[in-house]
Amino acid sequence: MTETQNSIGWSREEMAGRVAQDIPDGSYVNLGIGIPELVARFVPEGRELIYHTENGLLGMGPSPKPGEGDPELINAGKRQVTTKPGASYFHQSDSFAMIRGGHLDLCVLGALQVSQNGDLANWSLGGPDDIPAVGGAMDLVAGVKSIFVITQHCTKDGAPKLVESCTYPLTGLRVVNRVYTDLAVIAVTPEGFQLVELAPGVDFDTVQERTGAQLLPIAEPTSNV
Amino acid sequence: MIDKTRANVTEAVAEVFDGATVMIGGFGEAGSPIELIHALIDQGARDLTVISNNCGSGEVGLAALLKAGRVSKMICSFPRTANSTVFPDLYRSGKTKLELVPQGTLAERIRAGGAGIPAFYTPTAVGTPLANGKESRRFHDRDYLLEYGLTADFTLIKAKRADTHGNLVYNKTARNFSPIMAMAGQVTIVQAAELVSPGELDPEAVITPEIFVDHVTHVPNPAHESELVAAGATYP
Repeated sequence: MTETQNSIGWSREEMAGRVAQDIPDGSYVNLGIGIPELVARFVPEGRELIYHTENGLLGMGPSPKPGEGDPELINAGKRQVTTKPGASYFHQSDSFAMIRGGHLDLCVLGALQVSQNGDLANWSLGGPDDIPAVGGAMDLVAGVKSIFVITQHCTKDGAPKLVESCTYPLTGLRVVNRVYTDLAVIAVTPEGFQLVELAPGVDFDTVQERTGAQLLPIAEPTSNV
Repeated sequence: MIDKTRANVTEAVAEVFDGATVMIGGFGEAGSPIELIHALIDQGARDLTVISNNCGSGEVGLAALLKAGRVSKMICSFPRTANSTVFPDLYRSGKTKLELVPQGTLAERIRAGGAGIPAFYTPTAVGTPLANGKESRRFHDRDYLLEYGLTADFTLIKAKRADTHGNLVYNKTARNFSPIMAMAGQVTIVQAAELVSPGELDPEAVITPEIFVDHVTHVPNPAHESELVAAGATYP
């Protein structure tokens, strides 16, 4: 999976590691399907995070060893997982009470587009022949306290994913707090996209050029500039 | 004497009628009552409205029921699967209608239906295409959508262990929609891998109390959908 846009900036693993640094100890976290799943591998030493999977498990552990899995112990991506000590199972209505009721601290999701006011599009391209499928994404963005998006900065065709307003069908309005891309960490603020951190070797102009909306510079000067 | 057992899956699904609304438990293959679904294919009921989170995989279980042309409408949250074209083909040809519902809204609609609540407000999907045509109302400076409870004529679910009264225990994440669908089904039909006498289940550990269950049939070694699909199985 070599993409031209990946010749600079963070790899997928480095992006996931960067997200993990920002998750406080003791958080209850839901990880979406795809790159978000990688975040679980990079929890900094000394922190305990509890993972929730919306199909009905709190205290999700990593994939099972070959031959030790149970087809009825899976995550939201329908892949086999394990449980950690202290785990619990529950039915769908309880699982979404955790989500919608504001009991989860953080959700990390993928994106098709994020707008400068925090709107998220991540469930449908909206084409007439597409089979629409939403799963739990709209519930997660409606109810979880913080929403982090992890995504490549641009599409495979080079189109910006951070835009003034989304053109794809929305998942939720004004829901995204932060975006972690291969090029930068960007906060969604009342003033719009604000740069938090640049990936090594990436400058502001490069990120601005590949962003479909105005990017505000880092709020405070960093010590090494 | 209460005995809700049925001799086999054929007897368990015998009452399902044409045009019925049927809830089917499962999230992916976890909790999917494949043997009951196959018995429903053999039984022949058609023009069904099926409420289930997904649309099955390969050409077994729920995907096989769809492929057999028995389902006129699906109510679900995630009809796409990597290894099945059954639903996409039916959807694109207009043979099966789709009502797409966010997963948490689907769960709460089912719970509400089973609990005697006709409708409720939820923040999910506000401002999205799935809010189109829905009544909205503002509470405490936030918009919410009105969603309606769902009930069904029949519910088909899988349990790990049942007693003959219909008290149920599930296996791991196979629990998913089954306890709330058991509440929302007029007739709830269970396939259980183990069948025991009343008193053998710890009352503290019963997940679905027997009042929500009508028929129980013993299916000792239920098939796993992923194994059937990997083996290229089809049904019938």
